[in-house]
Amino acid sequence: MVHQPQPDLHPAGGEHALKVLRQMIRIRRFEEKCAELYSASKIRGFLHLYIGEEAVAVGAMQALGPDDAVVATYREHGHALARGVSANSIMAEMYGKQEGCSRGRGGSMHLFDAAHRFYGGNAIVGGGLPIAVGLALADKLSGRARVTACFFGEGAIAEGEFHECMNLSALWKLPLLFCCENNLYAMGTALKRSESEPDLCLKATSYEVPAWPVDGMDVVACEDAARRAALAVRGGEGPCFLEFRTYRFRAHSMFDPQLYRDKQEVEEWKRRDPIDLFCQRLKTQGVIGDADLKAIEDDTAAEVAKAIEFSEGGTWEPAQELTRFVYSERARS
Amino acid sequence: MGAGAGADKVRVLGKGALVNTAARAARITYREAMRQAIREALQRDPRVFLMGEDVGKYGGCFAVSKGLLDEFGPERIRDTPLSESAFVGAGIGAAMGGMRPIVEIMTVNFSLLALDQILNNAATILHMSGGQFNIPLVIRMTTGAGRQLAAQHSHSLEGWYAHIPGIKVLTPATIEDARGMLWTALEDPDPVLIFEHQTLYNMEGELPADAGPVDIERARVRRPGTDISLISYGGSLHKVMEAATQLAAAGINAEVIDLRVLRPLDTATIIDSVTRTHRAIIIDEGWRSGSISAEVSARIMEGAFYELDVPVARICSAEVPMPYAKHLEDAALPQVSAIVEAARSLTGSNG
Amino acid sequence: MPSLGADMEVGTILQWLVKPGDAVKRGDIVAVVDTEKATIEIEVFQSGVIDRIVVPEGEQVPVGTLIAVIRTDGEVAAPPAPVAVPTPPAPAAPPVAAPKPMEKPTVPAVSAAPPHRLRISPLAMRVAVDLKVDLSKVKGTGPDGAITKADVERAAKAAKEAPAVEALAAIAPAVAKAPPARPAAAIDHHVAMRRVIAASMARSKREIPHYYLATHVDMSRAMAWLQSENLKLPIANRALYSVLLLKSVALAVRDFPEMNGYWIDNSFRHSDAVHVGVAISLRKGGLIAPAIHDVDKKPLGEIMANLRDLVKRVRAETLRSSEIADATITVTSLGEQGVETVFGIIYPPQVALVGFGKIVERPWASNGMIGARPVMMATLAADHRASDGHRGGLFLAAIDRFLQEPEKL
Repeated sequence: MVHQPQPDLHPAGGEHALKVLRQMIRIRRFEEKCAELYSASKIRGFLHLYIGEEAVAVGAMQALGPDDAVVATYREHGHALARGVSANSIMAEMYGKQEGCSRGRGGSMHLFDAAHRFYGGNAIVGGGLPIAVGLALADKLSGRARVTACFFGEGAIAEGEFHECMNLSALWKLPLLFCCENNLYAMGTALKRSESEPDLCLKATSYEVPAWPVDGMDVVACEDAARRAALAVRGGEGPCFLEFRTYRFRAHSMFDPQLYRDKQEVEEWKRRDPIDLFCQRLKTQGVIGDADLKAIEDDTAAEVAKAIEFSEGGTWEPAQELTRFVYSERARS
Repeated sequence: MGAGAGADKVRVLGKGALVNTAARAARITYREAMRQAIREALQRDPRVFLMGEDVGKYGGCFAVSKGLLDEFGPERIRDTPLSESAFVGAGIGAAMGGMRPIVEIMTVNFSLLALDQILNNAATILHMSGGQFNIPLVIRMTTGAGRQLAAQHSHSLEGWYAHIPGIKVLTPATIEDARGMLWTALEDPDPVLIFEHQTLYNMEGELPADAGPVDIERARVRRPGTDISLISYGGSLHKVMEAATQLAAAGINAEVIDLRVLRPLDTATIIDSVTRTHRAIIIDEGWRSGSISAEVSARIMEGAFYELDVPVARICSAEVPMPYAKHLEDAALPQVSAIVEAARSLTGSNG
Repeated sequence: MPSLGADMEVGTILQWLVKPGDAVKRGDIVAVVDTEKATIEIEVFQSGVIDRIVVPEGEQVPVGTLIAVIRTDGEVAAPPAPVAVPTPPAPAAPPVAAPKPMEKPTVPAVSAAPPHRLRISPLAMRVAVDLKVDLSKVKGTGPDGAITKADVERAAKAAKEAPAVEALAAIAPAVAKAPPARPAAAIDHHVAMRRVIAASMARSKREIPHYYLATHVDMSRAMAWLQSENLKLPIANRALYSVLLLKSVALAVRDFPEMNGYWIDNSFRHSDAVHVGVAISLRKGGLIAPAIHDVDKKPLGEIMANLRDLVKRVRAETLRSSEIADATITVTSLGEQGVETVFGIIYPPQVALVGFGKIVERPWASNGMIGARPVMMATLAADHRASDGHRGGLFLAAIDRFLQEPEKL
């Protein structure tokens, strides 16, 4: 049973809806530009785009406060933007500039931001889960009513660390929100080709972790599910598991001929583009008009352009500083 | 430098025993010293907690944490499932979340299940985040052979870990270091791995009543000498001390260096010693190929080549998975006789 | 320019027998050198290819001067790298390998290392530069014969305390103080040799605290045995009794290592090999004492053949450098000249010289009976720094004992 939104938890009014829409559009336009910049060799390394999955990060982030923590994967531009990390510092990071959110030492896959409690940017599948367990453990031991939201793809479910962490967090009743972004493919391996039991929620419930699936293309459903789950988690009931059923519209990374899925399948999913769906709904409800949409697009275009300008003008950290941040810099007594 | 300071504190008594001779010293085992250190840390800092397999009810696989559960409760003496990756990673996350975790892994062989967390996360996040997230985590584990535990519980992989920038690697070999290294490690802002040689837990020695934290940066001269530098650490140190005693009887005055810290390596103390003795043997329970002994040897070449009067020698474990049978295990490990023989050969005292 | 004897200071290349590009192997004769004593063939102690000739024919150069470069396998043709030895006058990567009289030539120098590399620790090298020690004279006591710091310091101390001893050493930078090289190839051998003998013997008498011992040896058994043995042989192969003397000395010296070797760098260096120098007087006057190698290991017939060959070549002036250079003990016999007793002067840096006089019939008391026996006076001149009179006496007695059992020689 896919989770259906229940209006009682939603902030009222169009202002919130516009904010959510704006965030999704920002992510979409920002990443479209990233693809272009990658082709132009401005961005190098691996570049994994989130296009098509924006509703998940944007919806889920609505449930988090500034004290909560986020642990994400290598497909995390959307999460960073939705969490509030500035487009400038994310773009600069991808440019490898010192002004980047990780000083150019992380790149696309390793966005970090202490100010927003954004703990990466983890590029070992499943590797971020134990860290999230630890962050939640620290909160529990310190008596802080905070939530750690941990994003991971359905591919991570095949990793031992997933199972260890489900067990540990349930055993210790940790304030942890597991956000599984099921986009059906672990790189090129379809879920049904890698899991003997493709019902992911069943796996979580086997560890006594409450779990339910969410329509990941419906941002309202995503936000609503996250809010409910976060409420339970924050209340000390232990971890929750949300399976966001979503789809990435673009390739796994920039070098991917996509031999593993049909173009028709992609086209079918694109008909449920989360931005289009939400726009349609808001227009139908009369919350926004074309002018609002244009304003968002214009603002977003300006923001992205500014981020590029910022990054182009950024500094290359001197190579003499190469060995910094291997160990902490502290005054020696 | 560090070498001199260390030599002042420690004297050699009897057959290679390493004991501090300050007044009001109590006799104590390495295990008790480690337990005292953990207890003190738990008392001093509410952020500190101990986590690992069987650290609580069981009292620790090597009985190090025996009694602590009763004293500090299950929140701070936290038994974990057999999930090395998860609880080591949880230690990383908790450290980033403001705690000061001590994670115990039963043996170094099991730590390989958590290698992803140690290498890909603990050692890299500070750098990947451009200096934003440091990880004040301490991971303790046993290492080494000598108790017939065969090939999945006996290896010495601390040299491997010393390969990794971003972590620190400690090998306390004395009661004083077992007692004093932990607190310093907990105060360190970055991940510190402590390797406790399994044959040391029952070792007894004197510990002064006022023993406290010790540095985790310097090697120590455990026995000053003039003729040859015997460089070792951890469990092998005591074999080296015994060898030095035998060598002294044969008229060879060996200097014994206890590395104590494998990363960052205290090159200065090594070079200083070799510059005085002009000869060096590295004794390392790890395998020879690509080992910490190879690293020490290379540093000597880099820093003291023109001080060498004979080639640097190494005594390491045989390159086999550790066998079970006692005589085979003995044959695989560095032994006193081999150290003595090598030292005599290098000093030209073989007749 | 190899040293062909402790007293050789300069040499003149008379003829090159090889040219650049020629392959040479250990033991090949590559040049003929005129010394003040004799014309000597230079053999090489390493195999390889002649890279270049440095000193042309007709030129006289001090001992230790680079005269040619041998390229060993794998080496690229290149100028010799004198980095291996710090002191400029010393031969760098040894050229036509200078024989080192201080070392046992029968033992391959340093087997593991390429022959042109000095086996020396980095520290010893640094100390040698500081102390200006000529490494070619330093014997290594480290692993595989490598020169260690202690070796260098020992050499430096010895050089300081006894500069004259250093001068006696084979490839000596002190040669720089030698008489200025004369351009002409021709040398008045007679005059030159007298000068060399004078220098060498004066040095010996000045520096070596000789002690002398003498004993009578009953030669009846030895002579009778030799006579009967010779009867079995064609005349050309018959042995002289000198051969018995040489073999007796060589066997006796095995039990008296302090008699066999060199005093160098203020310490005694024993030689495992027994190369007996045989004093041979020259027709034109003068004296030379080339060595017969490994006398203790050779049967009498071979020693005789060696002796015959040696005498012939001494007189033809075609000695090999190693024969000149590496005697470990010398035997002189002036019996043929009618002399009964010889008190010799040690040939430095050796430490002992055994002299044999004429065999004469003497009354000889044995078991309470007096009879006439052929009797010979055996003497020992020995270096008191290396041995004492007690041992010297036992050594002479040992020689006597061997001569009483000639069939075992």
